[in-house]
Amino acid sequence: MWKNLPLFPERASALAWQVDGLYFLLIAVSAFFTLLIFALIFVFAVKYRRSVHPHAVQIEGSLPLELAWTLIPLGICMIFFAWGSLIYFQEARPPKGAMEVYAVAKQWMWKFEYENGQRDINQLHVPVGRDVKLIMSSQDAIHSFFVPAFRIKMDVLPGRFTTTWFRPTKVGTYHLFCSQYCGTDHSGMIGQVIVMEPAAYQAWMSGGASSGTLASNGQQLFQQLGCATCHRFDTQGRGPNLTGVFGKPVLLEDGRTVIADENYIRESILIPGAKIVSGFKPIMPTFQGQVSEENLMALVAYVKSLAQAQQKGAASDNSSVPDTPNSQ
Amino acid sequence: MATAVQTVERENYLNSNYGIKSWLLTTDHKRIAILYLISITAMFWLGGFFAMMIRLELLTPAGDLISSDTYNKLFTMHGIIMVFFFLIPSVPAVLGNFLVPLMVGAKDLAFPRVNLLSWYLYMAGAITALVAMVTGGVDTGWTFYTPFSTTYSNTHVIGAAIGIFIAGFSSILTGLNFIVTIHRMRAPGMTWRRLPLFCWANYAAAIIMVLGTPVIAITLLLVALERAFHIGVFNPQLGGDPLLFQHLFWFYSHPAVYIMILPGMGVISEIVTCFSRKRVFGYEFIALASIAIAVLGFLVWAHHMFVAGISVYAALVFSLLSYLVAIPSAVKVFNWTATMYKGSIRYNTPMLYAFGFIGLFTVGGLTGIFLATLGIDVQVHDTYFVVAHFHYVMVGGMVMAYMAGLHFWWPKITGRMYPEAWAKLSALLVFVGFNTTFFPQFILGYMGLPRRYHAYPPEFQVLNVLSTAGASILAVGYVLPMIYFVWSLRYGKEAGPNPWNAVGLEWMVPSPPPTHNFDETPVVTWEAYDYEHQPQEEVTVGH
Ligand code: HEC
Ligand code: HEM
Ligand SMILES: [Cu+2]
Ligand SMILES: [Cu+2]
Repeated sequence: MWKNLPLFPERASALAWQVDGLYFLLIAVSAFFTLLIFALIFVFAVKYRRSVHPHAVQIEGSLPLELAWTLIPLGICMIFFAWGSLIYFQEARPPKGAMEVYAVAKQWMWKFEYENGQRDINQLHVPVGRDVKLIMSSQDAIHSFFVPAFRIKMDVLPGRFTTTWFRPTKVGTYHLFCSQYCGTDHSGMIGQVIVMEPAAYQAWMSGGASSGTLASNGQQLFQQLGCATCHRFDTQGRGPNLTGVFGKPVLLEDGRTVIADENYIRESILIPGAKIVSGFKPIMPTFQGQVSEENLMALVAYVKSLAQAQQKGAASDNSSVPDTPNSQ
Repeated sequence: MATAVQTVERENYLNSNYGIKSWLLTTDHKRIAILYLISITAMFWLGGFFAMMIRLELLTPAGDLISSDTYNKLFTMHGIIMVFFFLIPSVPAVLGNFLVPLMVGAKDLAFPRVNLLSWYLYMAGAITALVAMVTGGVDTGWTFYTPFSTTYSNTHVIGAAIGIFIAGFSSILTGLNFIVTIHRMRAPGMTWRRLPLFCWANYAAAIIMVLGTPVIAITLLLVALERAFHIGVFNPQLGGDPLLFQHLFWFYSHPAVYIMILPGMGVISEIVTCFSRKRVFGYEFIALASIAIAVLGFLVWAHHMFVAGISVYAALVFSLLSYLVAIPSAVKVFNWTATMYKGSIRYNTPMLYAFGFIGLFTVGGLTGIFLATLGIDVQVHDTYFVVAHFHYVMVGGMVMAYMAGLHFWWPKITGRMYPEAWAKLSALLVFVGFNTTFFPQFILGYMGLPRRYHAYPPEFQVLNVLSTAGASILAVGYVLPMIYFVWSLRYGKEAGPNPWNAVGLEWMVPSPPPTHNFDETPVVTWEAYDYEHQPQEEVTVGH
C-alpha cells in the first residue's frame, strides 16, 4: 500500500473484524444499488433521448414493482439491523473479569488511573489480549473516547459514569481521539493507547511510582470523609454495611430494586436522597462539590473492592475496616 | 386590437409598481419570494466563505492558518448559516412561496401579510445572529451541545440562539401558510390526487415546520436562560441533565433534515416528468412517501445519540425506526428512475441537476443506512463520515434540487432564459466538484478522523488536500450561475409563458406572472403531469 495514503484504519481489537465485515457488506450492497440507479439513469437517458424516442409511452405505475422496491430494501435493512445490533450489544457488555481503568476527561486532556493507583496522562497502557474496561467521567463538558483501531467510541459525560471495553489483539501504539467537540483545543485532546506484551506491561507497571492502589486511596478517603462513622462493617451503623453491595440488587424504600453499579454508587455519594435504601433514614449528607472526580473514582473503586473481598471470603466480620485486597 | 396590446408592455408582478417601498411592504407572494431569494443568496455566500476558510486550514495537518478559536467559530457559523438561514428556507421560502399559489390556482397564499411578516422575522433572526457573529462569534457548533454551550463556551451563544429562535417563527408561519393554502385555496377541480407533487412535498415539510420548530425554539431558549441565569436544566453540576438537551435538539433537528430535503424532492418530481414528457410513475406512492417521511421523521431522533450514553434498548428501537424512514426515500428514487423509462428525454440544465440529485441523494441515503446500523455508527459517529453523509443529502441533494428548480422556473420568475451552455457547464462542475470534495471524507471518517478538528495527524493529509481541491471546483460551479443569472435579467432571451412545454397551472400564465396570477380562476380537469394530452413540442428555446 502507499505509505502516505492509508485508506483503512488498523485492526487491533477483537471486535474490529466484525465491524469491518459488516462495513464491507454495507459497502457491497450500497455499491450495488448506487450502480443500479446510475446505470438505469444512464441507459434510459441514452435510449429514450428525444431525438430517437420522440413520443413518451405513458405508464401509470405498478403495484408489484412498488411492493418489490419497498420490501426488498426493507428485508436487506433487517439484516444490517440484526448484525449491527449484535455488535453493539457486545460493545455494551464488558466481559466479566476485565481489567478496569478509570478515566477522567477534562478540557483538554485524558487522565487514566489504574487499579494499582498508577496514573497516566494522555496515554493508556494496556497488555495485549486482556479485556480492558474503562470507567469514565468528565469534569466539564462532554468528551468522547474514540480509538479507531479498536472500532470503539463512547461519550464521556459530566455527572455520571459511562463505560466501554476492548480487547487489544496487536501490540502497537494507536490514536486516541476526543471525538465530541469540547471547545478550543478539542483537536488537541488526543493521546495514545499503547498495547504492550504482558511482560513489558508488568515491567512498566512496577516501574511507576504509585502511592497505593486506587482502592486503598479510596479506603483512606472513606475514613477522612467520615463515611466510616455511619457505614460500619456490622449491622449497627446508621448507614448500610457496604460489604458485598456492589453488583447486587438493592431494595429501595419505595419498593423498587436497582443494581448497585458504578453509577449507583456515584449517585449515592453525590445525591444520596435520590434513592433511599429500604430500612434506612435519608440522613446521609451530600458530598457534591467536596470530592473531586478522581477521589470519587477512588471511593467507587473501594466500595467495589469490598464486594470482591467478600466474594473471596476475605471480608472480616468485626467492626473494623477490612483491608482491601491487593490488586495483582 | 391584438397587435396594439402586444406593443404595450404587459403588466406583471415585477413592473406593476416600482420603488423600494413597493417591495418592502409587498404582500405579493412572488415578490416575497424574491426578497427571500436575495437574502438567502447573501447568506449562502457568507456561509460559503466560511467553508472555504475551513477547507484552506485543512490543507495542512498543523493548525497553522488560523487559531483554534477562530477555526471553531468558522465551522459553527458555517453550520448555523447554512442550516438555519439558507437551506431550511431555500426551496420552501423561495420556490414554494412563488409556486404553491400558482400551482394550486390561487391568487396568493392564504395569509399574504403573515407571509410578509415571516420574511421580516427571518431578517430579524438573521441580523441578530450576524450581530452575534460580528461582535465575537459563536463556537459551539451548530448543535449547541450542553453543558459546553451553557457553561464552558465564552462566546456569543445567547445572541446566536436568539437569532435562530426568531427565525424559527418565520419557518412556522411559512408552514402554516402553505398548509392552509393547500387545504383551502385549491382551484375548482384541483383535487388532492391532481395536486402537483411539489405541493405534496411542501405540504409534508410544512407539517414538520409547524410541529417541530417550537421544540427547537424552546430548547434554545432554555440554553440562553441557563447561560444567563444558571437555571440548571442541562448542567449536571446545577442538577440538570446534559442528555436532555440532545433529545430536545434532535427531536427538532432530525425532522428538520426532512424540511431540508422534502421540498427538494418535490422539485425533482416536477422536473423529471417534464423532461421525460411523462406522467410520474407511481404518483400515489411518491405523495404518500412524503407524508410517511414527515411522520416517521419524528420518531428517529436518538439515532444521533447511539454513543451518548442512552440505554442499549433505546438504541435498538431508534436504529430500527431509522431504517423505516429510509424506505420511503428509496421508494421515491425508484419511482423517479422508473418515470424515465420509455420517456422522451431531453437534457436541459434542470434535468442535469435532477440526475445529479438522484445519484447523490442515493449515496447520501445509503450512507444513512450505515449510520443507522449500530455497530457501524459507533465507529463513524462524530467523524468525517457523518460530515460526508449529510453533505451528500443536503448539498448533493437539496442544494442540487434548489439549483435545478431555480433553472427550471427562472424563465417563469424573470421572464428570461438563462444561457443554456454555461448552465450545463456549471451543473457539471458542481457534480464533479461536489464528489471530489465529499467522497474522500467517507474514507477519512471510517479511518477515524473526528469532525471539528482544527489540526489532524499527518496520515490524513492526502485526502484532505483532495477535498479542498474539490471545494475550489465546487465554488466555481456556484459562482457561474450567480453571474449568468444576473446577466440573463438583461440579456437573456424572452422566455414566453411555457418554454419547457410543461404542464401545470404555473405554466399557463404569462412569464413573469401578473400580480394576481390568474385573470380568472382556472378550472382543472386533468391530472398532474398529463403529458399525454399536452401538444408535442414546439421547442421555443434551448436544445
Ligand atoms: C450520616 C451518616 C452517613 C455518612 C457520613 C455517609 N453515609 Fe452513606 N449512607 C447513609 C445512609 C443512612 C444510607 C442509606 C440511605 C440512603 O440510601 O441514602 C447510605 C447509603 C450509602 C450508599 C448506598 C448503600 C446501599 O446499600 O445501597 C453508599 C454507596 C454510601 N452510602 C456511601 C457513602 C460514602 C462513600 C460516604 C462517605 C463519602 C458516606 N456514604 C457517608 C449514611 C451515611
Ligand atoms: C435516508 C435516510 C437517512 C438516514 C437513515 C439517516 C441517518 C442518519 C444518522 C443515523 C445520523 C447520525 C449519525 C451520527 O451522528 O453518528 C445522521 C446524521 C445526519 N443526517 Fe442523516 N439520514 C438520512 C437522511 C438524511 C437527510 C435526507 C438529511 C438532510 C437533508 C440528513 C442530514 C443529516 C445531518 C445534518 C446529520 C448530522 C447532524 C450533525 O451531527 O451535525 N440525513 N443521519
Ligand atoms: Cu473534544
Ligand atoms: Cu437524524
